[in-house]
Amino acid sequence: MAFDKMELKDIEVWDGNFAAAQALRQCQIDVVAAYPITPSTPIVEGYGKFKADNYVEGEFVMVESEHAAMSGCIGAAAAGGRVATATSSQGFALMVETLYQASGMRLPIVLNVVNRALAAPLNVNGDHSDMYLGRDSGWIQLDAYCPQDAYDLNFIAFKVSEDHDVRLPCMVHQDGFMTSHTAQGVHTLSDDVAYSFVGDFKPMNDMLDFEHPVTHGVQTEEDWHFEHKARQHNDLMTKVMPKIQAAFDSFEKLSGRKYNIVESYDMSDADVCVVCMGTSVETAREVATEMRAKGIKAGVVGIRVIRPFPFFEIGEALKDVKAIATLDRSSPNGAPGMLFNEMAGALFNTDTKAMLSGYVYGLGGRDLTKAHLVSLYTELQANVDAGKVTTQLQQFIGVRGPKLAFL
Amino acid sequence: MSEMKKIKNLKDFSTSADRFEGANLLCPGCAHSIIVREVLNATNDDLVLSASTGCLEVCTAVYPYTSWDASWIHIGFENGSTAVAGAEAMYNALKTKGRLKQPDRNPKFVSFAGDGASYDIGFQWISGCMERGHNMMHVVLDNEVYANTGGQRSSSTPIGSSTTTAPAGRISYGEKKNKKDMVSIMASHGIPYAAQVAPNKWKDMVKKIQHGMAVEGPVFINAVSPCTTEWKFDPKDTMHITDLATDSLVFPLYEIIDGHELNITYRPKNVIPVEEYMAAQGRFKHLFKDEYKYLIKEWQDRVDEKWAQLNRREEARV
Repeated sequence: MAFDKMELKDIEVWDGNFAAAQALRQCQIDVVAAYPITPSTPIVEGYGKFKADNYVEGEFVMVESEHAAMSGCIGAAAAGGRVATATSSQGFALMVETLYQASGMRLPIVLNVVNRALAAPLNVNGDHSDMYLGRDSGWIQLDAYCPQDAYDLNFIAFKVSEDHDVRLPCMVHQDGFMTSHTAQGVHTLSDDVAYSFVGDFKPMNDMLDFEHPVTHGVQTEEDWHFEHKARQHNDLMTKVMPKIQAAFDSFEKLSGRKYNIVESYDMSDADVCVVCMGTSVETAREVATEMRAKGIKAGVVGIRVIRPFPFFEIGEALKDVKAIATLDRSSPNGAPGMLFNEMAGALFNTDTKAMLSGYVYGLGGRDLTKAHLVSLYTELQANVDAGKVTTQLQQFIGVRGPKLAFL
Repeated sequence: MSEMKKIKNLKDFSTSADRFEGANLLCPGCAHSIIVREVLNATNDDLVLSASTGCLEVCTAVYPYTSWDASWIHIGFENGSTAVAGAEAMYNALKTKGRLKQPDRNPKFVSFAGDGASYDIGFQWISGCMERGHNMMHVVLDNEVYANTGGQRSSSTPIGSSTTTAPAGRISYGEKKNKKDMVSIMASHGIPYAAQVAPNKWKDMVKKIQHGMAVEGPVFINAVSPCTTEWKFDPKDTMHITDLATDSLVFPLYEIIDGHELNITYRPKNVIPVEEYMAAQGRFKHLFKDEYKYLIKEWQDRVDEKWAQLNRREEARV
């Protein structure tokens, strides 16, 4: 029984979860092995309903845990076909062992991660703790700021991940609830246009080719392990970014929507800027515009590609700015913060004279308000005026109790 | 459905369609390789195989070598069953979509795992695979111990066995808990076929593997795999120890169809005392001190009771 196509309006009102589920439907996944967890559950539910209504033809396997979900995805991907799943938070943490196995075995799998805090204390709301947990796992990580991005970046993810020069799994991140459960207008692609963008899956080393038996997931010790890991890192460092850029370019031609490895807003003449991810990018853009009306030349840099880390693109985006604030939405638990560290790394050894300070915000879904960002930009301008960082290098914003600042 | 392979005799069986190379790193006398060859040689169909982390895996796929002349995957310790389930799901998807490269084949999906990877850490994954009804077979290479990591107890380790984490000592006789009844647990999922097999009874093994491969749905096989290193016997005695295991009824051979129809498939002509089975292995040596002899008596009682229970179930068809 052939599957049915779906007629979409040019603009649909979708939340991030449904946008991702629609993208998966349009990519015609061969196997989705999944397990529900808040706030990513509606992706899996949406896909299940598509299956029940004959809008997808592939297998939909509801397994007994997130670890099994990724294990099943790995087996399915090694068998040779298009594979995807979705998760959040504790489920993501449970998957971590298999995330390393998926990437080390060079299997293209797309994982929608709806970002959520990590317990304890248990919390279902959005922060970036799970996203940060994935950053050494050998996956490509793309970050969506809104439902439109969550839709579009899924197509980019399959296109890049399944490229035979890449063969690395890819996560598409969106903020729990703020994106996943907030309905917005989403410009759609028709089923045919969307599918032809990602194209047919082209198998490689597939277990179901019985004329060419393959062994997946071997043992290597000190004799070969390093070479395998080095090769994977090499491909992440040299091959992935050009493929992402090419995918962004062809997607822009198709849809008119332009994505960049690093998203810069009002940065051409900015004195001060924030570097952030997820829904905070849009909030910061709005505040930056308002700060300019007050005479502060404010800009925003959003990270679109988290892994591989856009080292040179970041350096380029920040080269002329005078004061930078990084916004980390995950507790660094004893360190300056991931974005702070990455920016410091990207800017060290360059000609920048910019001052760098870090802010930790929004843990467990705590709102980042415009007022927070107004005072943050004001502090950055004070740093510029003073010619030095006038605050401690790490500050917590939006947390109750006495002001928390370190370093 | 594919045609069932006809096997004339042991020579024919042991040499035909061999897709598991003798070139591997398993210990001399290891029963794993014998069991794996018996499972693989029971069919001429294509195979999609997995091994969970353990002796079989680390000894047969050390880069840049492989002992497997069939599609094979290892992911981790707990999830070999789910790896095969994922591959089976992909097979079904590509079949539906008409994208199989060799659509005329009838591949069999088989996961191998040790007792540690099945009774303990992989228990949930196997239960999930059985419950969901994947068309696959999970084979436990049951050596009653974590052999790959040096002989730690698992929930398959029997009472009185000395292991490195439940060692016999001045005040301990070793393992205190009885072996988990995995075949019953898996049969209780209502799967079409569950069975216990032993490599010495190869005809019984072939019959069960072929039956398991012919049925639609998940199949669970528990294979006794005497471990020369951890059970502590001479490598040349593997088959002798296996004979003692089956003929003492410590490892009774039976099958459970559709979760309820139990058939005993081997009735030893001369049932030997459990004591003989235990006396042949170093792991039970300490039980032969006077103070622990009551444990050997308890063992015999337990084996007798289990055998009586199997007979009652066979008769009652429950």
